[in-house]
Amino acid sequence: MTLNGWLQILVFLGLIFAVTKPLGVFMTRVFARERTFLDPVLRPIERLLYRITRVDEQHEMRWTEYATTMLVFSAVSMLVLYLIQRIQGVLPFNPQHLAGVMPEHLAFNTAASFTTNTNWQAYSGETTMSYFTQMAGLAFHNFASAATGIVLAITFIRGIARRQMNTLGNFWVDFVRCCLWVLLPFCIVGALLLVSQGVVQNLKPYDTVKLVEPQQVQRVGADGKPVMDAAGKPVMDTVTTQTIAQGPVASQEIIKEWGTNGGGFFNANSAHPFENPTPLTNLVEMFSIFAIGAGLTYTLGRMTGSPRHGWAVWSAMAILFLAGVTIAYWAEAQGNPLYPTTIAQRATNLQPGGNMEGKEVRFGIANSALFATVTTDASCGAINGWHDSFTPLGGMVPLVNIMLSEVIFGGVGSGMYGILIYVVLAVFIAGLMVGRTPEYLGKKIEAYDVKMAMLVSLVFPLIILSLTGISVVKGFGTAGISNPGPHGLSQILYAFTSSAGNNGSAFGGLTVNTPWYDVATGVTTLVGRFFMIIPMLAIAGNLAKKKYVPPSLGTFPVTTPLFTLLLISVILILGALTFFPALSLGPILEHLLMQVGKTF
Amino acid sequence: MKKHLITAFLMTIATTILLGVLYPLVITVLAQVLFKDKANGQIRYRNGEAIGSRIIGQPFASSKYFHSRPSNAGNGYDAANSGGTNLAPTNQKLIDRVQSDAKGLHDENPTQSVPVDLITTSASGLDPDITPAAAEFQIPRVAHERGIQESALRELVQKHTAQRDLGLLGEARVNVLELNLALDEVAPKR
Repeated sequence: MTLNGWLQILVFLGLIFAVTKPLGVFMTRVFARERTFLDPVLRPIERLLYRITRVDEQHEMRWTEYATTMLVFSAVSMLVLYLIQRIQGVLPFNPQHLAGVMPEHLAFNTAASFTTNTNWQAYSGETTMSYFTQMAGLAFHNFASAATGIVLAITFIRGIARRQMNTLGNFWVDFVRCCLWVLLPFCIVGALLLVSQGVVQNLKPYDTVKLVEPQQVQRVGADGKPVMDAAGKPVMDTVTTQTIAQGPVASQEIIKEWGTNGGGFFNANSAHPFENPTPLTNLVEMFSIFAIGAGLTYTLGRMTGSPRHGWAVWSAMAILFLAGVTIAYWAEAQGNPLYPTTIAQRATNLQPGGNMEGKEVRFGIANSALFATVTTDASCGAINGWHDSFTPLGGMVPLVNIMLSEVIFGGVGSGMYGILIYVVLAVFIAGLMVGRTPEYLGKKIEAYDVKMAMLVSLVFPLIILSLTGISVVKGFGTAGISNPGPHGLSQILYAFTSSAGNNGSAFGGLTVNTPWYDVATGVTTLVGRFFMIIPMLAIAGNLAKKKYVPPSLGTFPVTTPLFTLLLISVILILGALTFFPALSLGPILEHLLMQVGKTF
Repeated sequence: MKKHLITAFLMTIATTILLGVLYPLVITVLAQVLFKDKANGQIRYRNGEAIGSRIIGQPFASSKYFHSRPSNAGNGYDAANSGGTNLAPTNQKLIDRVQSDAKGLHDENPTQSVPVDLITTSASGLDPDITPAAAEFQIPRVAHERGIQESALRELVQKHTAQRDLGLLGEARVNVLELNLALDEVAPKR
């Protein structure tokens, strides 16, 4: 670890702190339908959209109608994405003449994954998806799923803030305002900023260039094995050119981060020099991942009339973030103890050292560990280094972050309603300690609310652990493992944790484009998204109906460091203890065996 | 329900046109006007021929050039097929590969220990850079092959070393393609 590394981490957190209030205030105004400086441009577009789609702006919805419209919209747009993939061969903007996405289970998996803000990718972007599919299919869902998440968080906050009301707002209005005000303007600015640094943005066919030095490569047969000549030597081919994939990358790159989607234009995601060419773009991308999640904590405080509560939640997130990045940075800086001693793995003035397998030189150790922590604290899932090649403990940090339901700033919206579930449980536990009905910001938390919160907390580990269990005892599951030993369990556990948490990052060595993994992870993303949302909306609807109870002497204050501490404890106890047995058989065991020199 | 279905369908179409077609096309036009070279991948030309992208790595294997990092993109530096090995730190395949590569490099320059980036694959398989340590490690070999002074070569490397962005962000790095092209100019292959 270096001083510069820590400085970079603190500068990043400082930027997130700085954006929290302005963005939080802005979002409060947008969803309260108050005037903002963007109204002269955006209001006419908004009105036009309502006219085309026959939306009544003034209509207010109960939680059940809100949930129904959200589900119907998700289903329709998911179906459209499936169709676009399948017929991309006859659609425009396809200079590489890529055929329709095959097989069907891959197209289903991708449609489910992008609709749920997961962006799990069982395909390789540059060899599978046409520019049209990337723009109108995948990038569109980056907007739509992000907006859906954010408006659901706003709805939950309204549930807390409203008194004796049956309604929570209008899904269509919230959705459109979120797309136009919160997502689009930043993306236009951010995309151009990225292009100015070297992220590509074009619609041309892939470039072919002549290599400076021709390359000798082994010829590989149809069976994937090297072809041998009569003398038993491998047949070599001379490669003289390099084909360079292009595309409309910047416009997708920025919403991929701003909406915590994470689906890379290219297979290598944000490690690819065309997606993330410089340390500065790396900072812009990490900032984009956390900004809305941080801003929503201020929105929470402002909409409920308790800004200090928002900051108490922010602090809990910041502490958990720092804990994660410290472990990941430390573990990766240690390097790999199994390498020969002739290899220099210590940081010097000339190199960052550390565990560099699967990492880029321009990011080194600090920025790779930081990115991995950020992308899994939020439900982003973009990567700038392969988590599969991280050290066992370094790779456990992203895994644990997702297991904690990605509430550390979190996915846009989903992080907020995720942590509010923990807040409900925290005040409930505080209430139990003193033996009185718990209250949260003037609302009594009763049996119905706690039951729903527990439902959310239980569905998540249930689906992860049961599907991981099935995969490790069945041939169709273990066939995908590329790293044997305890790491194989980690690969499968990560796959289902990532899809249930709608993260989308992976221990990428696992072969997942198979009928079992495509269908199982696809269904898991849907369950992980919608089975969480419905009980959450039920709590919101129930809270909105309740009377306001003024705070009394016995009320547990939710603005103090004590509350922050309790919230952190609830997150760690509930989240981590559920998964500790699985973790001890995966990354922890691998770490111990690595220390005694065992390989697999 | 029917009403919601119609609105959902219309909303999907309308917002797809706005966010999935108009938005990327407007950005494309602006990018092509404002940052033409960057938006098209910073293609590098020599004698009128396209020979690579400034920010996409290329394979260099002969001893006359500075070598790039090992790559797992396709057959190596396949810029239409990016990716890493995804080998776990405890995977025997990784350890075997690292040991064999490290041996070759150690024989080449026994006086220095091998910088770790020279024996590990990058995440994209297209890493355009090596660390200044990895460049320094290769200086004796390249200087010998090219018949120039090590000190002159060291100067060339320093000229092509990019420091941290804004003096703070990321890591110092040497662009291998740019360095090798400069090398061909300064000390043409014998």
